[in-house]
Amino acid sequence: MSSKPEWRPSASNDALRLRAQILARIRSFFDARGVIEVETPALGHATVTDPFIHSIRAGEGFLQTSPEFAMKRLVASGSGPIFQICKAFRAEESGARHNPEFTMLEWYRPGLDHHDLMDEVELLLTEVVGADAGERHSYEAVFRQHVGANPHRADAAQLAQRGRDLGLVVEARSGLSREDWLNLLMARVIEPHLGQRGPTFIFDYPVNLAALARIRPGNPPVAERFEVYFRGTELANGYHELTDAREQRERFDRDNEIRRELGYDEVVPDERLLSALEEGMPATAGVALGVDRLVMIAATARSLGDVLSFPYDRA
Amino acid sequence: MAESHNSNQFRSGLKVMIDSDPCVMIDVEFVKPGKGQAFTRVKYRNLNTGRVNEKTFKSGETLEGADVVDTMMQYLYKDGEFWNFMDPNSYEQYQAGEGAMGDAAKWLKEEAECSVTLYNNAIIQVTPPMFVELKVVETEPGIRGDTAGTGGKTASLETGAVVRVPLFVNEGDVLKLDTRTAEYVGRVKE
Repeated sequence: MSSKPEWRPSASNDALRLRAQILARIRSFFDARGVIEVETPALGHATVTDPFIHSIRAGEGFLQTSPEFAMKRLVASGSGPIFQICKAFRAEESGARHNPEFTMLEWYRPGLDHHDLMDEVELLLTEVVGADAGERHSYEAVFRQHVGANPHRADAAQLAQRGRDLGLVVEARSGLSREDWLNLLMARVIEPHLGQRGPTFIFDYPVNLAALARIRPGNPPVAERFEVYFRGTELANGYHELTDAREQRERFDRDNEIRRELGYDEVVPDERLLSALEEGMPATAGVALGVDRLVMIAATARSLGDVLSFPYDRA
Repeated sequence: MAESHNSNQFRSGLKVMIDSDPCVMIDVEFVKPGKGQAFTRVKYRNLNTGRVNEKTFKSGETLEGADVVDTMMQYLYKDGEFWNFMDPNSYEQYQAGEGAMGDAAKWLKEEAECSVTLYNNAIIQVTPPMFVELKVVETEPGIRGDTAGTGGKTASLETGAVVRVPLFVNEGDVLKLDTRTAEYVGRVKE
């Protein structure tokens, strides 16, 4: 934490200029490609069911944790390719790489799949921050390489054993699920190795980490999801989107089951999104990218506070 | 009963009980994948053993605060295997064993003021002053004219510490030393 008086911004003027430059370059990148900029509400009636994303209530509604549902409704209504740069809000997220209010770049590309979209993310990072060429690895490949386990088959006990062998000491009285272990091993063991030069793309996730990605049948079946890691930081998360309304409803219900088990409040599913999917959303790839983290990486800063005018403790 | 701390209150400097030992957090990192359970990674020093370890806590875990107090005391004398200290306010005396003394033992002269950490009213850690002034009791004879301090040699000090010093330093000189790095800072004029 900086020792500057609290009324002062924690970011330098250079960092603020760099942010403005990055935002301008993002807009011209999409302008040149015919992707139109949209705005959707920051305050909505519904919110995400994801058990590990905590929404901030505001009056009768919720501050949006991402513009995902509203943007999918635009795509379902025939908008074509769209992007948005907006604020997103998540309670209980605070640290060197987290701030409860952050700037998100999210875009949707009807007709593309997650591999096509990875190409576009890589191009954007090259044009906007001069990133080197990226690398691509399947989730299974990095897991086998760094953890020595098959992420599609290993159970919680086997993953816990690998964690212990790798020196991870974990305290969790309520226990860790298989999904918790996969996420923890990714964050603590694999992530520090990723994207040291150019961005690293990890794709084809275990089905229980599908989030809102479509599942490709096979042996094993995989979720058509990808994440982008750059200089050891998780920068973006994308999907070949789930467009099936019934399966979407089942995932909302499953999230609420997990919420009940964890003792969290249940979340009423976004019926307007479900109606849009029922009406029919074209096959689409979409991705969300943390703009503050991108500025942090471009500035070679160590903390988001170095590139935010006023992080939450000064807000 | 000490208050308990939720993982979202963890920060460096916080003193907590971990595996029934009082510990101080020295580095805290919030770990949260975009999708998935949040964790807090904590690097901490065990105040009993001085050892540094790392542990990852699932979000929502709690730790009991450690009932430890840092206070200034005066070092009195060594008595067998114990170092004796006095609280200058209450005149109450405390003893510290070798484990609690750690590196501090080699920097303390009788009557030195230093910071001690008390747990259950017993000393578990002694921190020497940042800078101390100690007399050289043994070193090779000084080389006249070498005031640039190039090169160096070792010198034994009155408390038993052995440090690197410049060649011009003589037995009987009083030196100022940085206890954090065990480095020579300068000669003190008598």
